[in-house]
Amino acid sequence: MSDSVASISPRGMTWARRKRALARVWRELRNDRSGFSGLLILLGFGLVALCAPLIADRSLLLAAAGRNNPDLAGPSAKFLLGTDDIGRDILAQLVWGSRVSLFIGIFATVVAVLIGSLVGLVAGYVKGKVATVLLAIDNFFLVVPFLPLAIVLAVILGRSPVTLALVIGFTSWAGSARLVRAQVLSLSERGYVERARALGANSRHVILRHILPGVAPLIIANATLIVPGAILTESTLSFLGFGDRLSPSWGKLLDGAQSSGSITLNAWWYYLPPGLCIITVVLAFTLFGRALERIFDPRLAGR
Amino acid sequence: MSNRYVIKKIIGALLTLFAVVVFNFFLFRIVDRDPLSKYRGRSKLSLEQREAMIRRMGLSGSKWDQFVVYIKSTLRLDFGRSFDSTRPVLREIADRLPATLILVGISTALTIGIGLYIGAKAGWARGSRFDRVSTSGTMVLYATPEFFFGMLLLAIVAGRTGWFPTGGLRDIGANYGFVDSLLDRAHHLVLPSLTLTLGYLGSYSLIMRTSMLETLGEDYLTTARAKGLKESDVMTHHAVPNALLPSVSVIAISFGFVIGGAITTETVFSYPGLGLATADAIRNTDLPMLQALFLVASAAVIFLNLVADLTYGLLDPRIRHST
Repeated sequence: MSDSVASISPRGMTWARRKRALARVWRELRNDRSGFSGLLILLGFGLVALCAPLIADRSLLLAAAGRNNPDLAGPSAKFLLGTDDIGRDILAQLVWGSRVSLFIGIFATVVAVLIGSLVGLVAGYVKGKVATVLLAIDNFFLVVPFLPLAIVLAVILGRSPVTLALVIGFTSWAGSARLVRAQVLSLSERGYVERARALGANSRHVILRHILPGVAPLIIANATLIVPGAILTESTLSFLGFGDRLSPSWGKLLDGAQSSGSITLNAWWYYLPPGLCIITVVLAFTLFGRALERIFDPRLAGR
Repeated sequence: MSNRYVIKKIIGALLTLFAVVVFNFFLFRIVDRDPLSKYRGRSKLSLEQREAMIRRMGLSGSKWDQFVVYIKSTLRLDFGRSFDSTRPVLREIADRLPATLILVGISTALTIGIGLYIGAKAGWARGSRFDRVSTSGTMVLYATPEFFFGMLLLAIVAGRTGWFPTGGLRDIGANYGFVDSLLDRAHHLVLPSLTLTLGYLGSYSLIMRTSMLETLGEDYLTTARAKGLKESDVMTHHAVPNALLPSVSVIAISFGFVIGGAITTETVFSYPGLGLATADAIRNTDLPMLQALFLVASAAVIFLNLVADLTYGLLDPRIRHST
């Protein structure tokens, strides 16, 4: 009985509607083969990242850990994926690397999405000089080549993982600002927004209650598609020398593999696993993100 | 194309370039308050040498004075001396520019040609076997860091078979005639340009496919078919030109990514261009080099964006005939 009472109040109705919408998204995701397998792969990697301390001890990453081991030894019962050029277990680095790569990828995306949504919302909702200035800044970040920009920022601001994540986030928000702005502009024209204004709603109410719920699905789908880009950028920056060798991401492992000459030495166990991990995770995020896009925007279905 | 359109685009490009220069000053002179502290040889400098260096780098006086000096020297293309080699930055860049231009030029031409072809074909035959195979293929290509491609190519083609050299610009120490020397350079270019092409093929083909899908339902295609045109003519003469139009500006923006790809690709193959110079400058914290390399990369992308905008103006009759 309390249920039916709750669903009569406006708040209860809204929540019931949102619950139904969420159930629909889940149902459609279950039926989307590529999107759902992407999600499963991501959950698998997420589990490994969370359970890293249970799989391999952190001390295995220390430079001293490899002192008594053979350097660049192939896979064996003791080292399932062999050792690196200073004798450290590669599997342990790979498992801990999933933490670094996923953390930087997701943290950078949060930064990018926050800046992008804020700029997009304001530039779409407010007209006049503010919008012009915001669009000019947005355009600057869209045009300026983004890897060189990330490089100079990281050189000046520092090479730690957190700084890298901030730098990547700060250089990859421009596209989502565009998307959000376009959506805000189109929503502002809709009847229900005009109706709310006519009934005396202030900007705060219109943005929070009518515009934001309308752009939220777009922001979520877009975020899922920014993560793979951020992970790729992180691996590129680490490959070029940023990041920490004692707490390596997958890209940093590739840097070690490259500079230790593992390729000419045929030490495939050093460069192959981190590369394949990057490809798999980026692919999984892309499949999942595209599935969300299709579900939230039915016009894209069938593509 | 009206003059106003052209002038507006040129002024926009110049303003963006100026913004990059100001951004550079902000980053390398204000965020980083003491750029000289990154110079490794500073402990060996005498007091006079140190002061001379501060003067030469334009680090004395108020921030405004520094800004004026900075703008003047940038206009003269004077970027100071490399921390690492101590040669003028401009000379370092001029020496390495041709190698990168050739690599990036070849790869961009190949990526655009092959990528647009695959994308157009896949979009036209949506849901076909070709579309499914090529779309999954391009998604895997997109997900692979280009330097990992390079490493795989090195391991498989150069390492195992020895068919291609593992790096460099040309055979060191060999004394070739003109033709042989050209062939030798081309031989060294194969793997790096293949890496860069494969690395960015995916995004171009996905852009073109989407653009093609958007034209599929258009009335002018129905009209063309109603005129009795062959399906292949409808595609090449009616669908592709219209799908290309929106791709042009996206392609110009993606060009910035190819420049990024050149940095890692040149690193993998020790190919001595601006990309390898960037990687070296990162490892040596060579601030004057990094600052100039960033400016050069930005100027290149801004210029190509301008070219794309003007091309767009020529291609799109709505802009071409506007006054």
